[in-house]
Amino acid sequence: MSEAIPTVPIEVKINGEACRDKVEPRTLLVDFIRQQACLTGTHVGCETTYCGACTVLLNGRSVKSCTVFAVQADQGEVQTVEGLEQDGQLHPLQKAFSREHALQCGYCTPGLLMSALHLLQRNPCPSQSEIRKGIAGNLCRCTGYQNIISAIEKAAQEMGGRKTAEE
Amino acid sequence: MLSQLGEEAKLLAGGQSLIPLMKLRLAQPSDLVDLNFISGLDTVDKGSDEIAVGALARHSDVADSDVSGQVPILRDCASGIADIQVRNRGTVAGSLAEADPSGDWTPVLLTLDAQLHCLGSQGSRMIALEDFIEDAYSTVLQPAEVIRRVRIPIPPAGSGGAYLAFKRSAQVYATASAAVQLQLQLQDETCRQVRIALGCVGLTAARATQAEDFLSGKHPSAENLASAAEAAVEDAQPVSDVKGSAAYKKTLLRALVRRAAERAVRRARGEQLEGGHEYV
Repeated sequence: MSEAIPTVPIEVKINGEACRDKVEPRTLLVDFIRQQACLTGTHVGCETTYCGACTVLLNGRSVKSCTVFAVQADQGEVQTVEGLEQDGQLHPLQKAFSREHALQCGYCTPGLLMSALHLLQRNPCPSQSEIRKGIAGNLCRCTGYQNIISAIEKAAQEMGGRKTAEE
Repeated sequence: MLSQLGEEAKLLAGGQSLIPLMKLRLAQPSDLVDLNFISGLDTVDKGSDEIAVGALARHSDVADSDVSGQVPILRDCASGIADIQVRNRGTVAGSLAEADPSGDWTPVLLTLDAQLHCLGSQGSRMIALEDFIEDAYSTVLQPAEVIRRVRIPIPPAGSGGAYLAFKRSAQVYATASAAVQLQLQLQDETCRQVRIALGCVGLTAARATQAEDFLSGKHPSAENLASAAEAAVEDAQPVSDVKGSAAYKKTLLRALVRRAAERAVRRARGEQLEGGHEYV
């Protein structure tokens, strides 16, 4: 048996709530979110910085939480898919994903929702090609992406961004 | 701190290469020194004659900065590396220090004659990017030395540049890439200060000096740009790998150099163009 790895206390604000715990320095942010903060909406897909299923916002920016150490989020703010719903109301992106059939198995959905949120926060009325670039870091093996793109377009309209003329 | 920890300790900046390498056990540092809690390193500053990119400036910081509008080859590169999640985390300086032969920044910054301001236990020194990269994944950086900032001279008026990279999907490294930076002489519209650099061509990104010499002093006609691209491909020695055969990469490079040169010329004439990485 190898010697125990010392732990480090960290405090991360997740969806507005402070979460304090001890982690090994090697613990990945996604494992901290899922196993210690018990928020299992964020999924582990490839664990190789490829698929984007683990996408969360860290200090307002989308990151792949399998490629950030939990200790690096100390004193930081994380937003996960669980933070989208407010007062029992689904977020416009969640409603649009449901309405437009933008998911089948749903495994990639939490990551795609967070990437879409990050995109719309920076670009409230993206073109189709900007949406495609904005979600290029998220793989979906079921849908073929068309419905995801139209869901993000619809959500953008609902959230106040006007539709731009498509090229 | 790095000198106390010894040669097996590593600096952690964006972590978008180092953390995946650690998962694969291809990197097993004894200690990690995380730069991310040091404030003031993530700046992209424009001075009168140069741009200074701080040690922790992310690709997306460069893409979103005003300076990349002024030196559009920087935006071409910064806005298309991997995907947005990786660009939000990965750093320019970290990418140079890793010296991956398929990295995007090296060819781009070779055309801009970038200098690296490095700090170590022996003091500080300036290293030209050309002298910085020794080999694939190998630089002249000492174990206890860090890149403090990347200093990029602002090209003179009448300059234009463009970077084009072809990749199979957003997340992967490019299969081939080309960076072109040049100045158009006002009187006769001939090309000056021509810099052409290629990525994914062997162990390190490389200047295509034959092509640069060919195009210098010439009018940027379609024929001349095509001939420059041909000369660049003659200089290039890509290797066959899972991304494609050497012959395929040469074909790609020929098209990328020609199109990047065309775009550089149009930008030198004042046109606003977007673009950079291409993938399906």
